[in-house]
Amino acid sequence: MRSFLKTKTAIALALSVTAGSAVADGHGGVEVLHWWTSGGEAAALNVLKGDLEAQGIGWTDMPVAGGGGEQAMTVLRARVTAGDAPTAVQALGFDIIDWANEGALANLNDVAAAEGWDDVIPAALQQFAKVDGAWVSAPVNVHSTNWVWANKAVLDANGIAVPETWEGFAAALDTLSAAGVTPIAHGGQPWQDATVFDAVAMSALGPDGYRSAFIDLDPEALGSDAMKEAFDRMAVIRANVDDNFSGRDWNLATAMVINGEAGFQMMGDWAKGEFLNAGEIPGEDFLCFRFPGTQDQVTFNADQFMMFDQGGDVSAEQAALATAILSPSFQSAFNVVKGSVPARTDVSDADFDACGKQGMADLAAAAESGNLFGSVAHGHANEASVKNAIYDVVTAHFNGEYDSETAVAELVTAAEIAQ
Amino acid sequence: MALSANADFKTRLQNWLPKLVLSPTLALVMVFVYGFIIFSAYLSFTDSRLLPSFDWVGLENYSKLWRLSHWKVSITNMGVFAVLYIGICTVLGLGLAIFLDQKIRGEGLIRTIYLYPMALSFIVTGTAWKWFLDPGIGLENVMQSWGWTSFEFDWIKDSDFAIYTVVLAAVWQTSGFVMAMFLAGLRGIDNEILKAAQMDGASNWNLYRRIIIPQLRPAFLSAFVILSHLAIKTFDLVIALTGGGPGRATELPATFMYSYTFSRNQMGIGAASATIMLMAIAAIMVPYLYSELREKK
Amino acid sequence: MSMATQDTAIRTGRVVRTFIYLVLLLFALFYTLPLYVMVVNSFKPLGEITGGGMMNLPRAFTFEPWAKAWSTAQIGVDPTGLSPYFWNSIKMVVPAVVISTILGALNGYVLTKWKFKYDTIVFGLILFACFIPFQIVLIPMAKMLGIMGLAGTTWGLVLVHIVYGVGFTTLYFRNYYAVFPTELVRAAQIDGAGFFRIFWRILLPSSGPIAVVSIIWQFTNIWNDFLFGASFAGADSQPMTVALNNLVQSSTGVKEYNVHFAGAILAALPTLLVYIVAGRYFVRGLMAGSVKG
Repeated sequence: MRSFLKTKTAIALALSVTAGSAVADGHGGVEVLHWWTSGGEAAALNVLKGDLEAQGIGWTDMPVAGGGGEQAMTVLRARVTAGDAPTAVQALGFDIIDWANEGALANLNDVAAAEGWDDVIPAALQQFAKVDGAWVSAPVNVHSTNWVWANKAVLDANGIAVPETWEGFAAALDTLSAAGVTPIAHGGQPWQDATVFDAVAMSALGPDGYRSAFIDLDPEALGSDAMKEAFDRMAVIRANVDDNFSGRDWNLATAMVINGEAGFQMMGDWAKGEFLNAGEIPGEDFLCFRFPGTQDQVTFNADQFMMFDQGGDVSAEQAALATAILSPSFQSAFNVVKGSVPARTDVSDADFDACGKQGMADLAAAAESGNLFGSVAHGHANEASVKNAIYDVVTAHFNGEYDSETAVAELVTAAEIAQ
Repeated sequence: MALSANADFKTRLQNWLPKLVLSPTLALVMVFVYGFIIFSAYLSFTDSRLLPSFDWVGLENYSKLWRLSHWKVSITNMGVFAVLYIGICTVLGLGLAIFLDQKIRGEGLIRTIYLYPMALSFIVTGTAWKWFLDPGIGLENVMQSWGWTSFEFDWIKDSDFAIYTVVLAAVWQTSGFVMAMFLAGLRGIDNEILKAAQMDGASNWNLYRRIIIPQLRPAFLSAFVILSHLAIKTFDLVIALTGGGPGRATELPATFMYSYTFSRNQMGIGAASATIMLMAIAAIMVPYLYSELREKK
Repeated sequence: MSMATQDTAIRTGRVVRTFIYLVLLLFALFYTLPLYVMVVNSFKPLGEITGGGMMNLPRAFTFEPWAKAWSTAQIGVDPTGLSPYFWNSIKMVVPAVVISTILGALNGYVLTKWKFKYDTIVFGLILFACFIPFQIVLIPMAKMLGIMGLAGTTWGLVLVHIVYGVGFTTLYFRNYYAVFPTELVRAAQIDGAGFFRIFWRILLPSSGPIAVVSIIWQFTNIWNDFLFGASFAGADSQPMTVALNNLVQSSTGVKEYNVHFAGAILAALPTLLVYIVAGRYFVRGLMAGSVKG
């Protein structure tokens, strides 16, 4: 009798353990792989989760932080190779195109047609969401990287107006340096060095030069004198950061600007969230302006959720997720929190702050005038291998390994090997 | 007649049983280790980028690999790191073990203190040391706030010295374990031999040099195997401590392979680097293991 | 049979002993410092940390970071803290440790007491498998797990850890059994005992110490693994290390160092506990030459 009970308990235990691990599917809901794990980002994502739950769709969260998505991309490869792809995955730029080319993504054309995506999403953005005529991902936002953020009090105290040209900017740096303020707050990580390089290169090369060098990967453009000028300007920036910059996280650099230790930071518009969280008001406590020389251009990167083929037609849940992401109400609510601007051009800017409004206006204008370019630093100008090769050169140059001429030569070689 | 057939079967079973028992492990290892190594080596000759592809491109990935200064930096770092890490851990481990073997009061406590770092994951170690070594909030700042204003310790931000911080953190993590291995080895040495040598007038120094240390050969083997495998696999520590930086100053082959395979979508080059890593490991470990295991016969 | 004692025949003078104690204490400090920094700062409110003074004891002692790390910290889209993932790790680690240790013991037994042709080569093959960096096997393993239908499950992870841990456990047991008197085995064979009975009755009872070593080693490695846990776990089997990584790598907002440290120590508690409790058996277990005739 006793042994029978024991066996029964044992079986029951075994079953409960295996049963627990059998419900790992997420079917009947959506499984989302992403790296938005910190407070503000998670809050933004929760808006989407709430939207779906109101429709009765479950949300299985699969967060993998680290490296700005690096770890998540590794996990994604493992999942796809194992035949167990998540429903939706946060991704940027060329990565989406790469996955589409592997045939792993679902075709969202029905949803796109029903919602009229073709009309409201800028062409430059569609390049990454629509591959070979098929919509494969839903853009969540548009970040821009050629912003400069400044502490207004520090600038006023030193008589500096918003610089309009590179020369004006360099002069402002000198003024701050003489006053004992760190001119530029910077974090020495490859992607941050490259984010600064985005704007600097645009200012030195101009939009056409930027396009031939980074998007067309023309070796002549990559090896041009204008490129050398870009690196020279990077050297000036390097001379104007504090000694402890290496490895610093970007939000710690923003903190330096917020508390007046530094005057400027070149960073994407996700930095705005830090200022807002510190209770600062755009235009009064902090300034946002385009990098001098790039006032008419917008270098962008867009977070998107690429939808993976779940074996057959787009499921109702996937369609609901895609629709929810592109709904104007979500676009507004999400981007107000995140600091970026909506991926749809027909969303009202009523809820956005001054910098957000400017961002939306700049985006629309740049899209119209053909000045909307993908950011090199964030994988929207060229593919991952080239992007990283450029990181290597920019970082090595920034850390003093190369002088400007060597950097230009290395850039040409690196781009060639990476293709 | 039936009896001997039974006995035959039983003996045959007994002959086969050991191999049968060993075979699952062997099978797992052949498939999941050597099979995968062959797969990886094959990939290094293909044009794999985002995911494995099977289109042959010959030695193209290898030629690209050797043109990358990034790769050369990784290899140099590996050499520096491995030599220092294995060397210092061995010397430190042996030294501490010898000291601890001297009938020390509180040996249990000290041993636990030396051993616990091994319990931590490399991510935790990296994060703790990253903080500790940061000039702004770590040791340098503390020393300066205590009055020693000229104290400088910014190795972690210095391209030339950052690799030594990785060595430091890694040594901190594992030297206690090496010490435990040597301590166990020391405790296993027959005291009679030592007493006899002492009666012959041998000094402590000679006792150690001539008798004790040579008898520690098995411990040296284990230590070398454990330390080299850790050195090769060092990945989490670098990512947590320096992220490969400043710039690329602390890149190691493991981090190189990872980034080229998984972030840069150049799986072919990643596979090539992995194959070279494995060949280098084999070149060192196979002769060493061969010589050590042969003797045990 | 003289058991190896803690006594050594070496004699040391006063000066040397003082020097020895000094060195040992210095290194004890070296090993404790980083943990001290983490612990001390995990009990401070955030303002005190950003104010500097990493080594100072907390002025405003608080348990809040610990509570937060355990139950309310932001890990993904929900603020769940580390607690749900703790159980995931346990579910995965225990079977993996047990199975790989048993396999290792059996392998060590076979390789030392049942010699056959090529057995050294087989051991070498198994041993060399310890060296394979995990990044290399990630993709092919994912494929295999998919084929076997184990992707995203706890058992898939268990299998992975068994495969890559059995080399070590085999090494430990093999070295241990190598110095175990073979005469006892032969005697039992003559008495008619079979393969498993010899193992169960003769070797296993004396295997306590090395089993402890193997268990500690495997437990530590598997509990602390990140790469396999992140890549092969499904959304509801993600281990503790993945959650900790998500906690610590937060990229926006203020970095709550105190919560990070509390989280890191929480994640390390099981392994720390294992080392502290079983530490003394550890050295004993490594004493392969302790059973002398």
